[in-house]
Amino acid sequence: MEEQEKAKSKINLNRVDMPRQDPKVRAHNYNEVALGYTEEMALEEATRCIQCPKRPCVSGCPVNVDIPEFIKALKDKNMPEAVKILKGKNALPAICGRVCPQETQCEQACALGKKKVPIAIGRLERYVADWDLANKDKRPPVVIPPSTGKRVAVIGSGPAGLTAAADLAKFGHKVTIYEALHTAGGVLMYGIPEFRLPKAVVQAEVDYVKSLGVDIQLDSVMGKLATVDELLEKDFDAVFLGTGAGLPMFLNIPGENLNGVYSANEFLTRVNLMKAYLFPEYDTPIKIGKHVAVIGGGNVAMDAARCALRLGAEKVYIVYRRSRTEMPARHEEVENAEEEGIIFKFLTNPKQIIGDENGWVKGMECYEMELGEPDASGRRRPVTKPGSEFMIDVDVVVVALGTTPNPLIPATTKGLDTTKHGTVVADEQTGKTVKDRVWAGGDVVTGAATVISAMGAGKRAAASINEFLMK
Amino acid sequence: MYKIVSKELLTPVIDCLKIQAPALAAKARPGQFVIIRVDEVGERIPLTLADWDAKEGTITLVAMRVGTSTHKLGSLKAGENLTNLVGPLGLPSEIEKFGTVVMVGGGVGIAPVHPIARALKQEGNKVISIIGSRNKDLLFWEDKMRAVSDELIVTTDDGSYGRKGLVTEPLKEILEKGGVNRVVAIGPAIMMKFCSLTTKPFNVPTVVSLNSIMVDGTGMCGCCRLSVGGQTKFACVDGPEFNGHEVDWNIVFDRQKVYLKEEKESLKKWESCQCGKS
Repeated sequence: MEEQEKAKSKINLNRVDMPRQDPKVRAHNYNEVALGYTEEMALEEATRCIQCPKRPCVSGCPVNVDIPEFIKALKDKNMPEAVKILKGKNALPAICGRVCPQETQCEQACALGKKKVPIAIGRLERYVADWDLANKDKRPPVVIPPSTGKRVAVIGSGPAGLTAAADLAKFGHKVTIYEALHTAGGVLMYGIPEFRLPKAVVQAEVDYVKSLGVDIQLDSVMGKLATVDELLEKDFDAVFLGTGAGLPMFLNIPGENLNGVYSANEFLTRVNLMKAYLFPEYDTPIKIGKHVAVIGGGNVAMDAARCALRLGAEKVYIVYRRSRTEMPARHEEVENAEEEGIIFKFLTNPKQIIGDENGWVKGMECYEMELGEPDASGRRRPVTKPGSEFMIDVDVVVVALGTTPNPLIPATTKGLDTTKHGTVVADEQTGKTVKDRVWAGGDVVTGAATVISAMGAGKRAAASINEFLMK
Repeated sequence: MYKIVSKELLTPVIDCLKIQAPALAAKARPGQFVIIRVDEVGERIPLTLADWDAKEGTITLVAMRVGTSTHKLGSLKAGENLTNLVGPLGLPSEIEKFGTVVMVGGGVGIAPVHPIARALKQEGNKVISIIGSRNKDLLFWEDKMRAVSDELIVTTDDGSYGRKGLVTEPLKEILEKGGVNRVVAIGPAIMMKFCSLTTKPFNVPTVVSLNSIMVDGTGMCGCCRLSVGGQTKFACVDGPEFNGHEVDWNIVFDRQKVYLKEEKESLKKWESCQCGKS
């Protein structure tokens, strides 16, 4: 109690800023934008935590990381302990410390937030996780419990699959992950750009999951190479579906099949997974637009716009049909994009994409919009202003309107229940589907959401699978 | 890594590789394709299966050296490895007893036609095959096609072998005789378009296989999208086979041209790196 009072009296209400690359410089490179805390900064920020007994931050975290405890260990300069606490609940902390929307989760719940600025939990998480990656030799040896003799197949190596696999391995089950692409990591590899989440960080976390004894089979498209039923018949006691939401939505407006129109999935996959930004050193090309329009207002739209800029576009627009307030992207990412020079066209909706005589994009005709009454999502519905059409001069258009789950697994699996949005029906608490011995979690169940919510779902499903297997 | 069991040159620019891939071979069906990546910096490209052997655990790919990836593929030797191989992808061909089917294979398209013709023949269809190439040197698998066909017609553009002319000429003659229930045409897009135009007045169902530019091959990127019957379709998951009469061919041709400039640049770089290598 006394210690708490003492801490309170000295509290710095402002969080320690995290250094970032200069916007003018970073707009032309793929290096990480946010540079992370130094030890001094991390300790100063950790000291701000008042170690309040209610621990609201923990309930704000989808995987319930013991936040005050890891911050305390960090403050006490006991780094191995901080790592142990963090990894006890979160198998991928270096990723979460970078891409979690902490401002709507743990940090929103932080007691300090009521006074002024919440503890920068995400930045501290990143600091501890990066320390761990840099000090692998100081890691305690991985203790794999004796084998239970049970085998689990995990389909998809994104955040849900990796988390489920790590937890299942820690329970002593033999886990095989099947990944369709040539690299493990799912959206962390193909979707989120290098400058926001370095691929070496992702691969280090994948290596950690492998070190727990998890086998990862790449180049394996389940539903084609083997069906879920075949997996259950032949080798596995249970299957977890973590196949994500990988199917791109298009505009359904004239001109969307013109050359120069990309889905955000294609654009980002070419840049991130295939490293088209290093063409011709890497073989995969990408069209570098002079003027690029990215349609959408989410994090994926911000990522695509900032990639287009780094590829060398002169002008990059975000075209969004509502206003700034309704944008689903993280505030931090919008700010980063603006600093780098992305031009925001709010209350603007494409009518059609115009092509030249060779089938290439040469412009986009748009409507001006205004906000009407709130719709089902609670956001004010954008309404077209009649006669407001105007042209934007662009040669590349990236459609970032969202994604839906890939139908391959539901279409080839008997007895799975799906919704009209293509998502797989699963129990929210356990991830259990209506099909015997099959669980699901992450975007395939919720539709496109966050990395951490997928991890939470993977964790809960792993616990439920373990309970089932050990019955 | 996927081991190359054997490799032969079918023509000076067309390679045939047998690759170890037991799980894939066990599942492969006529008309399906795979995605390959030759090396760590390579592009992901689709190739329609030319053959497979479930017992032996191998698949066979036939590719013409056009761009960087197919040149790299051609430079691999038996015993070496392909970095990535994914499949079987796409929907298999419809194999049932249609009656009389005409198979048209143009150039490197002869390879994917072969397993489809074989399956249709096994199903009890009368199979009439037309295979064509620019000249005698570019023709391959005449014997294999003859073995699965009731009748085989060979054409070359320059008349250096078989009948001089395009595959659409004998196709039209056969259609005029009547009794054809189905046509399957695989080859260059322009050939598939003209085969579809040839069969249209006869109202004979015509299947074409569209191997457009792809990245993942599982429906994730939409790079391979086409317009078929006025609707946007993905070649990778809705195809690769489509009704040739409903395909918007202009979009097919346009989309083939997206990376022409980059493909040239990439190939030039690869070729310059090969100088001095044996």
